[in-house]
Amino acid sequence: MLKIKNLHAGVEGNEILNGIDLEVKAGEVHAIMGPNGSGKSTLAAVIAGKEEFEVTEGTIELEGEDLDETSPEERAHKGVFLSFQYPVEIPGVSVTNFMKTAINESRKARGLEDMPANIMLKLIREKSELLEIDRKFLSRSLNEGFSGGEKKRNEIFQMAMLEPKLAILDETDSGLDIDALRIVANGVNKLKSQENAVIVITHYQRLLDYIVPDFVHVLHEGKIVKSGTKDLALELEEKGYDWIKNETLV
Amino acid sequence: MAYTEEELKKELETKEYEYGFYTDIASETFPKGLSEEIVIAISQKKEEPAWMTNWRLEAYRSWVQMKEPEWANVKYKKPDFQDISYYSAPNSKAKYESLDEVDPELLETFKKLGISIDEQKKLAGVAVDIVMDSVSVATTFKKTLAEKGIIFCSISEAIKEHPELVQKYLGTVVPQKDNFYAALNSAVFSDGSFCYIPKGVRCPMELSTYFRINQAGTGQFERTLVIADKDSYVSYLEGCTAPSRDENQLHAAVVELIALDEAEIKYSTVQNWFPGDKEGKGGVYNFVTKRGLCEKNAKISWTQVETGSAITWKYPSCILKGDNSIGEFYSIAVTNNYQQADTGTKMVHLGKNTRSTIISKGISAGKSQNSYRGLVQINGRAKNARNFSQCDSLLMGNECGAHTFPYIEVKNKTAQIEHEATTSKIGEDQIFYCNQRGIDTEKAIALIVNGFSKEVLNKLPMEFAVEAQKLLEISLEGSVG
Repeated sequence: MLKIKNLHAGVEGNEILNGIDLEVKAGEVHAIMGPNGSGKSTLAAVIAGKEEFEVTEGTIELEGEDLDETSPEERAHKGVFLSFQYPVEIPGVSVTNFMKTAINESRKARGLEDMPANIMLKLIREKSELLEIDRKFLSRSLNEGFSGGEKKRNEIFQMAMLEPKLAILDETDSGLDIDALRIVANGVNKLKSQENAVIVITHYQRLLDYIVPDFVHVLHEGKIVKSGTKDLALELEEKGYDWIKNETLV
Repeated sequence: MAYTEEELKKELETKEYEYGFYTDIASETFPKGLSEEIVIAISQKKEEPAWMTNWRLEAYRSWVQMKEPEWANVKYKKPDFQDISYYSAPNSKAKYESLDEVDPELLETFKKLGISIDEQKKLAGVAVDIVMDSVSVATTFKKTLAEKGIIFCSISEAIKEHPELVQKYLGTVVPQKDNFYAALNSAVFSDGSFCYIPKGVRCPMELSTYFRINQAGTGQFERTLVIADKDSYVSYLEGCTAPSRDENQLHAAVVELIALDEAEIKYSTVQNWFPGDKEGKGGVYNFVTKRGLCEKNAKISWTQVETGSAITWKYPSCILKGDNSIGEFYSIAVTNNYQQADTGTKMVHLGKNTRSTIISKGISAGKSQNSYRGLVQINGRAKNARNFSQCDSLLMGNECGAHTFPYIEVKNKTAQIEHEATTSKIGEDQIFYCNQRGIDTEKAIALIVNGFSKEVLNKLPMEFAVEAQKLLEISLEGSVG
């Protein structure tokens, strides 16, 4: 599904990613952990194609296709989804309207007609139930006045609506209380299949109790310094990031 | 507010609405220049009674003494008023074959708006009084309206058929000498619309007028007079599109609304005149005077979507004369490239318990300048008057400007005035967020702009709102690289 080779990227000459190698296969869940400033969110943004970041070396392939020169919206059309750490507000645009536009733009890119209203209605009903979202919530302006938890739940609702091939969850657990965390994780688990893949970016082990990863990678100074199974996350939790920092120094 | 299944469904339905047409008509045009002789000639051409000719002459004599206003936040080359032809009338029926002669860029715009000639006819439920090059050439749905005693016709026809009404009300809200452009309009207005709703009648359909400027070099001086008699209601729509032209075209319209006791007038405008090209060349100069008078318990609501014109100078206003009367102003003004807009409203509170609401949304892109100018005036007698004003500006890019000039004059201590203003910029983060969801930048901007303008778009009749939304998208196309 996703193949990243020797990826170097940064902003205005400051290199943030320092040679990342990562392969994610369909049906897998990967967790990326690491201390603040290790480059986790940058990696997510670079995969999504944010133009602010410049890729100086290496490649990102999605299903065998090089994503270099591919715009963020084209990547989205190909099935890349990013759950934002800080979702932006768009005043006056309802969640429903936003989703309708997003779905129909993706369909248009694939040469399909707009989704009929009754099918979209059914989809919305189904997915909002999955994430235990109140109908009123859908009429509100996108992220405007949402609590931290509501924003994150809304991100996963959008993911459920768009059914991506590759979902990247950038610190989706931050700002969530334990109930919301359970609902969000439950939603992600239900959307998981053998056809899609998930990359979970997090500081804490906590989320991984709910979304169980097949692989855990530790990012430090723009490089994956350690990879392992779920146990690595537990070890990290116990020993702290200093353990990794010290180990890489050796 | 509950969000029912029904509402959700409604929001999901794809709404389509098409309008418009273009005609090329051989015109009879007066020689350029303005004088008493020309004013008399216009009046004669229109077979007007002597009182009307005199009324025009009075206006002309005032105009000659007046100077163009310079206080607005706009810069332009002043028109040469002697280099304009003041009358042009279609002398044959509409011909639709000549679309080939039309600027292809304009046709492209029409295509984007989904306009076809046939679809015009499908405007069921909307009576269209078409003003083309100053003379009304078509009026429909007249019969249905006549049954209710509603008069909806061209102003020239009204001068002949209903002189008592015209004479009684014309110039009562916007006097001949009101301002430079209003005086000019009063002297030379060629045509426009007239509407009278009798006592206690609720007009069963939206009344609409489609204005055009078809002939190069002819100024347009529309005159509109709407009278809602006691306890009546009318919703009036005005919309315009104009062909691309190289030279500047002057437009100085006057609209007068009179809402008698308990009456309500809703006046909606979508204005899309040629704004000039990307270099700021050409474009319409739009200097308009619009004002309404509210008697006791009456209500006047102005809603405007301004996307066109090179220069816009326009302040739809309400004189809240009667006790408990209500004035509203909802506006979206979009400027792109080199457009300049100085627009807003005046709410003059004279009566007790009068209320007014102002919601203004300015969107600036390119190298344009967008100004809101509003006056809220509470007179000494206006006990317990209330006003709420909200002015929001949205900026796109780094070369445009948004300005707000609120004037508040309060002469009664019981008044309550609120003024809110915000300025925001479309952020790269917002665009990237939309991009990430598969929405390209152009569409993302349209979405953000529509969201920003929603409060005002919601005030428009449904079919107009859809049209306005499309206009917003087209006007801002290519404004972010």
